Amino acid sequence: MKSRLRRRLLIAAGLVGGAFVVGGYLFYRGRDRLRLPEGVGAPKGEAWLTGWLRIGADGAVTVIVPRQEMGQGISTALPMLVAEELDCDPASLAFEQAPVDSLYANATMIADGVPFRPDDHGWLARLARHSQYKFGELLGVQATGGSTGVRDGWEVMRRAGAAARAMLVAAAAERWGMASAECSTERGTVHAPGRSLGYGELVAQAARQPIPANPELKDPARYRVIGTSLARLDVPAKTEGKAQFGCDVRLPGMRFAAIAQCPVFGGSLKHADASKARALPGVQAVIELEATSTSAAAVAVVADGWWRAKRALDAIGIEWYAGAHGELDTAALREAFTQLLERGDARTYETLGDAPRELAAAKQLIEARYEVPYLAHATMEPINCTALVKDGRCDVWVGSQAPTLVQWLAAGPAGVGEVRVHTPFLGGGFGRRAEMDVVVQAAAIARRVPGTPVQLLWSREEDMQHDVYRPMALARLRCALDAEARIRAWHHRAVSQSCTGELTARLQPAAASDLMKDKTTAEGAFDLAYAMPHRLVEHVLAHQPVPVGFWRSVGHSYNAFFVECFLDEVAHAARRDPVEFRRAMLAGAPRHLRVLETAAKAAGWGEPLPPRTGRGIALAESFHSIVAQAAEVQVAADGGLRVMRVVCAIDCGRAVNPGIVTRQMESGIVYGLTAALHGEITLKGGRVEQSNFHDYEMVRMADCPKIETHIVQSGWEHLGGVGEPGTPPIAPAVANAVFAATGQRLRRLPLRLA
Amino acid sequence: MARLSVNGTGQDVPLEEDTPLLWALRDALGLTGTKFGCGIAACGACTVLVDGQTTRSCVTPLSAVAGKAIHTIEGAAARKPFAAVRAAWIAEQVAQCGYCQPGMVMAAIALLESNPAPTDADIDAAITNVCRCGTYPRIRTAIHLAAAALAKEAR
Repeated sequence: MKSRLRRRLLIAAGLVGGAFVVGGYLFYRGRDRLRLPEGVGAPKGEAWLTGWLRIGADGAVTVIVPRQEMGQGISTALPMLVAEELDCDPASLAFEQAPVDSLYANATMIADGVPFRPDDHGWLARLARHSQYKFGELLGVQATGGSTGVRDGWEVMRRAGAAARAMLVAAAAERWGMASAECSTERGTVHAPGRSLGYGELVAQAARQPIPANPELKDPARYRVIGTSLARLDVPAKTEGKAQFGCDVRLPGMRFAAIAQCPVFGGSLKHADASKARALPGVQAVIELEATSTSAAAVAVVADGWWRAKRALDAIGIEWYAGAHGELDTAALREAFTQLLERGDARTYETLGDAPRELAAAKQLIEARYEVPYLAHATMEPINCTALVKDGRCDVWVGSQAPTLVQWLAAGPAGVGEVRVHTPFLGGGFGRRAEMDVVVQAAAIARRVPGTPVQLLWSREEDMQHDVYRPMALARLRCALDAEARIRAWHHRAVSQSCTGELTARLQPAAASDLMKDKTTAEGAFDLAYAMPHRLVEHVLAHQPVPVGFWRSVGHSYNAFFVECFLDEVAHAARRDPVEFRRAMLAGAPRHLRVLETAAKAAGWGEPLPPRTGRGIALAESFHSIVAQAAEVQVAADGGLRVMRVVCAIDCGRAVNPGIVTRQMESGIVYGLTAALHGEITLKGGRVEQSNFHDYEMVRMADCPKIETHIVQSGWEHLGGVGEPGTPPIAPAVANAVFAATGQRLRRLPLRLA
Repeated sequence: MARLSVNGTGQDVPLEEDTPLLWALRDALGLTGTKFGCGIAACGACTVLVDGQTTRSCVTPLSAVAGKAIHTIEGAAARKPFAAVRAAWIAEQVAQCGYCQPGMVMAAIALLESNPAPTDADIDAAITNVCRCGTYPRIRTAIHLAAAALAKEAR
């Protein structure tokens, strides 16, 4: 206890110090969140009203979306926030991805990184979040991740809409020579007794009005846009094949590059004989790239088409040095992780009561080990980046989850002082597109062919074998039951690498350190809503050459599997129904309880099922949203698993667009189902064994279950994310259903019956 | 050099005859609606119609399509089911990241051309493309919707 207090005081001292410095700086500097972006003009006939929207003379509203659209629907959800307060016709909405400017920084994502439970509202937690938020503002990084888009935009984008509306009203009042209070608005028009003007007619004059700092915001009871299933603004273009993704960028005189990276992690180039390749048609350059902290050693070919570049690349005799890790394989990794699980130094993420003492004294002790493999992201759009180095400037076109990092990291390899980032659609992100490897490579290639835009496109094989993987993780869970078969003590001990630590080291090796706790390693384990008198949650940090990174819900994706499956085991040992067992621990968590009960009821929990079919349930809170899923699984005679139906309930607080929320649940479920049933990256000889969709299988139409989603309304007080929370519960729900159907407890993903 | 008929227009493509059709479309003709996903015919992002048949253009050499009618998403409006498919896709709000959708739409058009009233099993068999956003349930519903709209039109 004493050391715990000391640690907390040390953390507090550090945070207070940091907050003082950061807060003082920001107080001095101030942060105007409605200002216009720097150095960006308006297209003819349009004017900026705050840095978050432009209105054209025709009344069309273009909302500036600070997060990247990668399928999650953010390019519709955020414009809805503006439209609500602006009082415009939703049919007049269009969107544009924001330019790189600290105005559009995502401070919420940074603040979410502090390792405190979401329900911890103590002074230390609040101080930590606040100072991290301020640090996030100072850092100024525009990033899309952590299911933070709507949460981060909620305040500022409604304020921007309200400010713009006030400016339009002020312009009309000025023109009519009356007070603003005498004017009202209605769907894109300002009215006063006997007269009215459209926003388009007023915008030029409105743009000259001062931007009000604290415009009045609507009472949620009067919302007309927020809470509706407005059709997505990007769907028509995506249906017609007109949406432009990174690899669809075409520029005059553009060339294409194919790349081969060292297949062994940490290896280097020994020799590349490019004589044959240079003689092939269309080939312009063969470029050798040294390994950097963000990218592997590689050879690239630039040609007048990607296929010609790829063919020439294949004609190069490349020899690699394997380096230190040429013998690494999955068996060795499992052995190393097992050692750490047994004996490694752990960090504590949660201590309640005295779990070790209670476990040692337990009459009934339940213990199990769980394991998940590394996983690839396999975004549908293979990794790519287009760069042009010209006149001391580098222009970069890339679908990136972190355009600010692109601006920072492209300059060095491009050898220029100025970088301009252009952001097309992302053909899937899932965390993969927060990485800068392809950006660094494309910038280095473009530097070698100045004046020529080059599109570097990885093959699927390069993508699969040079990903930053969802961490492999091992866990040991122990539980002691009391005389009434309730949980008395719970101990969760897991081993994995750190996504946050490794990404930091890739981006800025000098900042690499194991000192900071990485919340993502223990999220979904240290922040449970279940009441237990004694609980200890620990994590042991592993270091391995296999790079790891963020992946749709990361830590939650495996910790939910460990926790919710083990809980099912404990319920079974306690001879209790799994729903009833969970319910008994949720008396103090009414939102969780309601979500659990909604899913159970809709799934027909307890009702009979056909033979060889089982029903399983799981509940997980992640990214401030609570999700329960009940899965029905049919087990074929040959052991094949078929997920027939998934019932999902979510409480995300305010559902800004219920249609998008529902589809994000479906999306998260299918993504998690692929991981549960198929996903496994293995290593042999220091290389990834899988290479493409034939040996890294996906859930497809024929094996996609029926999915039914229920949105639980919990009012306006809460706001959670929706891009990721659908993923964590599906693997445990399916594994628990397999147990219900067969009596076999599967503790390793992907799920395979013995 | 290969002579192709793409979306009803004759095109000369200055590429080797063993070049996959996908790269002729994307890099030589600038038709970027057809996507690269895997290069081994395993994901369907590159699906186009060749004489009305779904074809994975990433493994189809130019020599195999000379003289045949190629339709890509850019020319999909020329196929009868397209308008109904488009409307159903929007009604169901199918697309998320959207990258696989041109291939999905082309596969759905071919299915409805050959089978105006597909069952769920027919859809399972015909739509083998990969979508990482998990739009499968919406695609299934949209195909049924489009089939119903086309049937109504025919009456």
